[in-house]
Amino acid sequence: MTQISLAPGAYRNAELLERAVKGRSLWDDAGRRLLRNRAAVASMIVLAILLLLAVVGPFLVPFSYDEINKNDVWLPPLTGGHLLGSDSLGRDLLARLFTGLGVSLAIGAVATTVSLVIGVAWGATAGYLGGVVDEVMMRIVDVLYSLPYIFFVILLMVTFGSNFILMFVAIGAVEWLTMARIVRGQTLSLKQKEFIEAARAAGLTRTAIIARHIVPNLLGPVVVYVTLTIPGVILAESFLSFLGLGVQPPMASLGTLISNGAQDMELAPWLLIFPSLTMVVTLMCFNFIGDGLRDAIDPKDR
Amino acid sequence: MLRFLVRRLLVAIPTLFVVITVAFFMMRAAPGNPFSTDRKLPPEIEKNIEAKYHMDRPLIVQYGEYLGGVLHGDLGPSLKYRDKSVLEIIKENYRVSLTIGLSAFVIAVFLGVSLGVIAALRQNGPADYTTMAIAILGVCIPSFVTAPLLQLAFGSQLGWLPIAGWDNGSLPNLIMPIAVLSLPQIAIISRLTRAGMIEALRSNYVRTARAKGLPEFRIVAKHAIRAAVLPLVSYLGPAFAGLLTGSLIVERIFGLPGLGKFFVTSALQRDYTVVMGMVIFFATLILLLNLLADMLYAVLDPRVRLA
Repeated sequence: MTQISLAPGAYRNAELLERAVKGRSLWDDAGRRLLRNRAAVASMIVLAILLLLAVVGPFLVPFSYDEINKNDVWLPPLTGGHLLGSDSLGRDLLARLFTGLGVSLAIGAVATTVSLVIGVAWGATAGYLGGVVDEVMMRIVDVLYSLPYIFFVILLMVTFGSNFILMFVAIGAVEWLTMARIVRGQTLSLKQKEFIEAARAAGLTRTAIIARHIVPNLLGPVVVYVTLTIPGVILAESFLSFLGLGVQPPMASLGTLISNGAQDMELAPWLLIFPSLTMVVTLMCFNFIGDGLRDAIDPKDR
Repeated sequence: MLRFLVRRLLVAIPTLFVVITVAFFMMRAAPGNPFSTDRKLPPEIEKNIEAKYHMDRPLIVQYGEYLGGVLHGDLGPSLKYRDKSVLEIIKENYRVSLTIGLSAFVIAVFLGVSLGVIAALRQNGPADYTTMAIAILGVCIPSFVTAPLLQLAFGSQLGWLPIAGWDNGSLPNLIMPIAVLSLPQIAIISRLTRAGMIEALRSNYVRTARAKGLPEFRIVAKHAIRAAVLPLVSYLGPAFAGLLTGSLIVERIFGLPGLGKFFVTSALQRDYTVVMGMVIFFATLILLLNLLADMLYAVLDPRVRLA
């Protein structure tokens, strides 16, 4: 075999060509568009700060979230070493706020993951298999959709007591329906694409095609919907906590803090205002990021 | 149309059956029973009470009896409110929920559509940005935040409106609950309308209408809005569910004697029959309203064929 030697100039050209051809991927493009969206970028920064505070915040405050100080009852903000004041038991609001934020975000993350796993698996299977299986699976989704699901969550919490894990599962289990619908629709259109046909021709099994080819291509809409599910879950948890069915004292979540604050709002408005503000800012960040992602990934849909 | 109706009703019945079954067994799986009080009852008395409500029989038999009762329109007696049947409780209290729910719905549709249309007509103008800011806030501020804040502001600080209570449905008592209940819906509806409207204004038939020289008002009112509100109809179902969920909170915060308040307390007190009655009542309501929304969609959009 003879060695093919390239002239130095040709070699340079090939290198240049390679650099020129290396285009931007869909995700590069989406990322670029997302970074141009000021509201989304600001939201990401704020959210990062909130997350950081939820994690390290409790260590920065000299009080713990359940520490009762009999001498510090009903202190307004900036007094007695309590930056945001204290509640009826003299517990430091800032410490409770950090803890509550962490709990709410954790519930948001876990329940969303639950809904993500169920929804994607369900939707992708129904969409890819089609036919009777699809019909039956989507009919089940339709039926579940038309139920007043909040009643079931309430019944669940009443039945099994308010335990943490169960709440994750209960909320996640009712949030997967929309995800399943989105994923199914997307799968139906993907199924017609040539690369799926190629995979089938190459002899891949159904499971392999769903896992390796369909699911990765669903990422765009799924990511968008996930960012919009998290605030929904946080809201649902707070809703339950507000009714006294969610997180139990002395543990705190944004919902329990707001609930307690609402009871004492005439005496101590700060107990209502700061948790409410935190909640609203958190939800807003997720919404802006979700909207930004949607515009970035699917620019037609502006 | 008739075939569609029959088909949907045939789906609705098994749905309702599933709802009843799941709710029944979930409620019974809960620890405790409606007769457990702080004071321990002598076992003989407890036995007698249980026998009176047939609760000494096997669960599956009770389930059968209950289903039989429901088929005859009998939701059973309340286990906590002596001398009251579940139907009586629903009859006495549904008015409150219905009044605030319906008013909030009408207000939300009216304001939401108006705001959405204005925003779309002035796209990227100050009116648009204001409306969308309201919409974002409406989605992000949960009702259990707006309600106490409004109470604090208008109730205790300004003293313009009563903080809570029903007072036979007098208007000042209704303003805050309805406002709280409708705000999130106004937000969502205005966003949906704006999106639909922007799309409609760019469409060919609106361009045709412009080319014909129709006055702007007619173009908007007659051609664009019709197409723009179509996506709204499919949002009606979730909107009802949202109002229902919201009313659980609103009735509690404002101390209104509606069904939502009953549901949570009854579930906590293990008043099985009342909880079941509420579940059935609300599930039926939602199923019917969803059906109504589907039919409305078909009437408004001739492209949709109901089969």
